[in-house]
This record gives sequence, structure tokens and C-alpha cells, in this order.
Amino acid sequence: MNGKSTVRRPYVRPMGGWWRRDPFFMRYMIREATALAVLAYAVVLTLGVVRLAQDEAAWNGWLDALRSPASLLLHAVLLVAMFVHAKSWFEIMPKTMPMLFVGGRRVAASTITRIGWAATVLASVVLIALAWGWRT
Amino acid sequence: MKRSNAPIFWLLFGAGGMLSALLGTALVFITGIAVPLGWAPGDLLAYSRMLALARHPLGKAFLFLVIALFAWHAMHRLLHSLHDVGIPIGTASKLACYGIALALTVVAGWSLLATG
Repeated sequence: MNGKSTVRRPYVRPMGGWWRRDPFFMRYMIREATALAVLAYAVVLTLGVVRLAQDEAAWNGWLDALRSPASLLLHAVLLVAMFVHAKSWFEIMPKTMPMLFVGGRRVAASTITRIGWAATVLASVVLIALAWGWRT
Repeated sequence: MKRSNAPIFWLLFGAGGMLSALLGTALVFITGIAVPLGWAPGDLLAYSRMLALARHPLGKAFLFLVIALFAWHAMHRLLHSLHDVGIPIGTASKLACYGIALALTVVAGWSLLATG
């Protein structure tokens, strides 16, 4: 605008709800929305360490809160969202990382994605084994 | 020439995205589902065990990195999603988003140090 009012009304394509127009955009928005779950879980854990730093009663209060139906429902949603995030993170990774060559051949995108998924499975198994098995 | 600060936030976004992709699902399952429903050993998240974890240098670093990197990843991604829903990325939205990440980082870091 140069300050002069104009009588012309140029067509402006409405963009509201643009991401509902195409399944590709829907997947994009679902993938981006997993950040809400990652944030929510960071908040849950922050509350946990705050309570841990206070005393045992405060910590047990946090554990009790985790047992509430609302918390279980929230964490069921977070679990699905984290899974979607892990799945999509490694699907995008071949596009965001530098090209990778092994023996002069470019590593296929699907190979990179599968290695990422395998790493997640391995890390999950190790973490759960440590949590269940680690006794000092 | 003024240097861009974008690579720092991008790096935190990437590191947090990777860490949450690798461990997020298992962590949510352990703390949010398995322990509350009693599927796990009763002492898995017991106070003495978690206090020992938070006091150990490696445990402290792990808990801090999980919380801080998750927060920076999420807030960087949400900042750019604001644009997608029609809110322009400006100083205010950057301060709000990165401010939330910084607040979580500081609170978690301070609490972890306070555990001793």
C-alpha cells in the first residue's frame, strides 16, 4: 500500500483451513502437531523434577497424579503422538540430512528411514530393560 | 555482517527431535502408562531410586537433556507452525516460544541441581 486508498479489490485467495484441503497437508499438520505432545511431556517431566527436588511426599503426589484417569488418557494420546513423531522424523530425515554415500553409491532414502526406525526400537528396548532391570 | 542466530535454534530443534524420536515413545510408556497401571516393578519410579538418578552426574545430565531438548524442539516447531495457521513469525512470537523453552530449561536445571 502506498497510502492512497484504492477502489480496486484484488482477489485474495482465502487461506483459512488450507491444510484440510489435501491429505498431504493433513499429514504435514499432524506431524507438526506432535510438537504439542513433546512439549506436554517436557512439562510433565519438569513438574516431576520440581517435585523430586522438594521431598518424598511431593514426589509421591506427582506419582499419584500420574495415576489419575485424566493423566492416563493424556499419556495414551502422548504415546500415539510420540510414535507418529518417531515414524515421521525418520521419514523426513533423508530429505533433511546431507546426501550419504557408501562405496560410491548414494544410500537410498528408505534405507536411512529403516535405520532410524531400527535405532528407535533398539533405544526403546535398552531403556525399558534398564528401567526394569537396573537394581543397585 | 550480523551473524544469524538461527543455526543455534535449528541445532536444538534437531537434537531434541532426534532424542524424542529415539526415546520419547518408550519414556511416555514407562512413566505415563506402565508405572501408573502397575505393569512395572513397584519401585521403578520410587523416590529413593529417582533421587539417586537425579544425583548421579549421568542421570542428572540425562534428565536435563531430555527435558531441555524436548522443550526446545517443541517450541521451535510450534513457532514455525504459527506461520502455517496464519500468525506471522515476529519478535513477539519468537520471544514467547523460545521463552517457554528457556523457562522449562531453567526450572528443570535448577530443580535437578537442588536435588544435590
